[in-house]
Amino acid sequence: MADDLKHTTGEATFLDANEIVLNMGPQHPATHGVLRVILKLDGEKIIGTECVIGYLHRGVEKIGENRTYVQFNPYVDRLDYVASVSNGLGYCEAVEKLLSVTAPPRAQTVRVILTELNRIASHLIWLGTHALDIGAMTPLFYTFNQREDILKIYENYCGARLTTHAFRIGGLQYDLYQGFEQQVKKFCDEMPAKVDEYEQLLTTNRIWVARTQGVGVLTAEDAIEFGVTGPMLRAAGVKWDIRKAIPYENYADFEFDIPTGKNGDTYDRYLVRMEEMRQARRIIQQAVDRIPDGPIMAKVPKVVKPPAGEVYHSIEAPKGELGYFIVSDGGLQPYRLRIRPPSFVNLQALDRMVRGSLVADVVAVIGTIDIVLGEVDR
Amino acid sequence: MPPITLAALKPYIMMVLIVGIGPLGVGYLVLLERKLMADMQARLGPMRVGPQGLLQPIADAVKLLLKEDVIPGMVDKWVFWLAPCVTVTTALAAFSLVPFSSDFVITDVNIGVLAILALSSVGVLGIILGGWAANSHYPLLGSLRATAQMVSYEVVMGFAVVAVLLMAGSLSMVEIVKAQAESHRWFLFGAFPFGLIAFFMYYVAAMAETNRSPFDLPEAESELVAGFMTEYSGFRWALYFLAEYCNIIVVCSLAVTLFLGGWLRPFPSVTWLGWLDYAAPVGSFLLAGGLSLYLVKRQPRAFDQIVLAAVGLALLAVAGLFAWPAFNALFRGVFWFMAKIMVLVYSFMWVRFTFPRYRYDQLMRLGWRVMIPLGIVNVIAIGIVLVLKG
Amino acid sequence: MLDQAFFYLFASVILLGGLLTITRRSAVHSAIFLIATLLGIAGLFLHLQAEFLAGVQVILYVGGIMVLFLFVIMLVNLDQAARQRQFNRQWWLALLAAAAVCGEALYGLYRGRGAFTFPGAVPGNMPPNTQAVGNALYQNYMLPFEVASIMLLVAMVGAVVMAKKRL
Repeated sequence: MADDLKHTTGEATFLDANEIVLNMGPQHPATHGVLRVILKLDGEKIIGTECVIGYLHRGVEKIGENRTYVQFNPYVDRLDYVASVSNGLGYCEAVEKLLSVTAPPRAQTVRVILTELNRIASHLIWLGTHALDIGAMTPLFYTFNQREDILKIYENYCGARLTTHAFRIGGLQYDLYQGFEQQVKKFCDEMPAKVDEYEQLLTTNRIWVARTQGVGVLTAEDAIEFGVTGPMLRAAGVKWDIRKAIPYENYADFEFDIPTGKNGDTYDRYLVRMEEMRQARRIIQQAVDRIPDGPIMAKVPKVVKPPAGEVYHSIEAPKGELGYFIVSDGGLQPYRLRIRPPSFVNLQALDRMVRGSLVADVVAVIGTIDIVLGEVDR
Repeated sequence: MPPITLAALKPYIMMVLIVGIGPLGVGYLVLLERKLMADMQARLGPMRVGPQGLLQPIADAVKLLLKEDVIPGMVDKWVFWLAPCVTVTTALAAFSLVPFSSDFVITDVNIGVLAILALSSVGVLGIILGGWAANSHYPLLGSLRATAQMVSYEVVMGFAVVAVLLMAGSLSMVEIVKAQAESHRWFLFGAFPFGLIAFFMYYVAAMAETNRSPFDLPEAESELVAGFMTEYSGFRWALYFLAEYCNIIVVCSLAVTLFLGGWLRPFPSVTWLGWLDYAAPVGSFLLAGGLSLYLVKRQPRAFDQIVLAAVGLALLAVAGLFAWPAFNALFRGVFWFMAKIMVLVYSFMWVRFTFPRYRYDQLMRLGWRVMIPLGIVNVIAIGIVLVLKG
Repeated sequence: MLDQAFFYLFASVILLGGLLTITRRSAVHSAIFLIATLLGIAGLFLHLQAEFLAGVQVILYVGGIMVLFLFVIMLVNLDQAARQRQFNRQWWLALLAAAAVCGEALYGLYRGRGAFTFPGAVPGNMPPNTQAVGNALYQNYMLPFEVASIMLLVAMVGAVVMAKKRL
């Protein structure tokens, strides 16, 4: 534990202390939230890491046992607060599975559009902050600017930008507003030029390549062993995407590719996420052209009381596999509500990825895992 | 005792001006950087203090002067005090060697280039002492790294400078510019293409010397908080900051003198382009003054409008002064010199906002394994070219 | 008159700096005073119209060698050494011995004071120091120059080899 990382005391000097313990404290500009990383260094090389989490623990799962299913819906947004629409999607689908209802086609298509917009928004934040950590301070402003367009769509749709609470158990609460399709189409039209601009700034920049290629390598075997999912897994070469493997909503109706990488290093993860943004746009364009008419809410009883049973439902959130394990005892409130956050599981791989690297790489690797402490700590 | 004439007093007047107005000018350089950064990042930058944010440096200076002087407990007080002083002193002293024009150089020693390199070497001491004096891990590591980086890239800078010395034949700053005038060509294009390689090396070394991105790892906030400046606050920090931006101007001045023809206008030997001496300063100041006056109406507060109108009128007055031949003949060198420096400074800032930063080992590898061999080869090549040319 | 004043100024800086270097407890303070001494020497070079040597002295000694001294001092934590006694208990004997040697040297100087000859002022313009040093190094003393370079290279390679944990 932390004891075996204690500093050698006494007459130690920088030169003959082989191990130095460096604390990237909870307050650090580059740990993406309140994450504490204790590094054991041999000179500049890292020989051990320990992540101390829990600074943002709010007891969400325990709260879930004391709220009704409908009441718990807004809590779910606060997990991965950067991509809250996906969280809502996973939860609503899990409860719908318990209730054995499916959302009507119109609701499903709108859900897909909003979730894919969410994927782009999450990846835009990842890109901006990751580039900022590596030293490129300008892409952050461009990506946040582009993200504003998405947040405006959310605001017009459900009134909130960040913690959207967009979906309901059984479908949607709000129907589309006047001009939704135009706004989404306008966003999709403007997107390729902007993403190309980011690529122009970074992809072939030799400093970017030097900072990211070969850094934080996670092989496919290691990734599967750790249970890592999402772009990290795909960058290692494993073509696994829940949207294709176990399709949910009506993802099976849309055509899109799953980008994979080869080496599993930071550069490959960067390329995979950039391509995912483009593929998300492809899905949105197909979906927005064929939003079916019809009801937006399935036949769900006013009081949601699922029969006793358990369900594990996972979706492909922007950061990886987001899973909800709900055990119902037939009552109004779930017996157990367990959330499998992608960032939590992905963060375990930090030690494997960072051993043997230099201190400056830790920041790049934390950025490339793309964690949000809200869902790591819950 | 030499007679007290204007010419004899000129160096002292210039010294007073530089030490007095220099910090203010550097403050406005910081404002320029913030505004440029904002422009490239699709935002506005400082806008509140004064019209379009023009009085921001004054607000910053006042704040820094009034700030509480926090000295951490276990520091070595004397060295803590000394370190920023050393850095600032050498940075400002380097201005005494910079030739703003053939008339406006405080002192033209015959080892001008060597003296500037010597002053920047002593400035490195201020950084290493500052990091140590703070008595804490992070600043010490940051300062050691910064020092190692600066010492390595001084060698690179030396090779680039030697390349120019081969072409110029003198270490004196004024002589180097005169040599460019006589050979009718900037040393940037001398011994083509090796002058370009030398300039490129100097440019990279200058960015590494002044700890600018992409070589600013020692100061990178995402790594070591603020590097060696972590424990300094208030006025001491302001001194470090001032020294950093003074260094930027000094290395840019050196680049302009060595490679870009110093105070000469473009194509100094082409006489029919002489109207550039009038067109460029008058035109640019007219443009600036006109823009300022145009923006007066947009200012929300009356105070801002007055200030901006005053600035605009002052700029127009300067434009008028430059149209007057006597004034123009005296100050045209200064104008061209400052214009070239501004182009280089703009490029420094542009690079800073665009590129990510190098990791420390990549930075040192670039210096020792790429730049220094390139420098050696470049010097040999220039020597060969010059001998072949006769 | 001004000449002499500058000479005494630089000389006192050198002597004072040297004295303070050896009497400070903290190694970093000693290093700082050594830097002052070296700057004083550069000033003396300037005084002797050897401006190139002055510049190079500052660049190499102060900006290179002393910086590396400071590196080592800072990386090797010398707090322990600072708390020890700075001077031996038999300092009075050492002082006596030093005074004796100093007296002998002064006596020797006094006896031979007529034998010093200083070169007279060179008439006309001296070649600038840079050119003079360059000519000397590359024409008259070419071989020692090359040998010195190789020695420095050997020292550098040796230091790197010794410092690496694994070759």
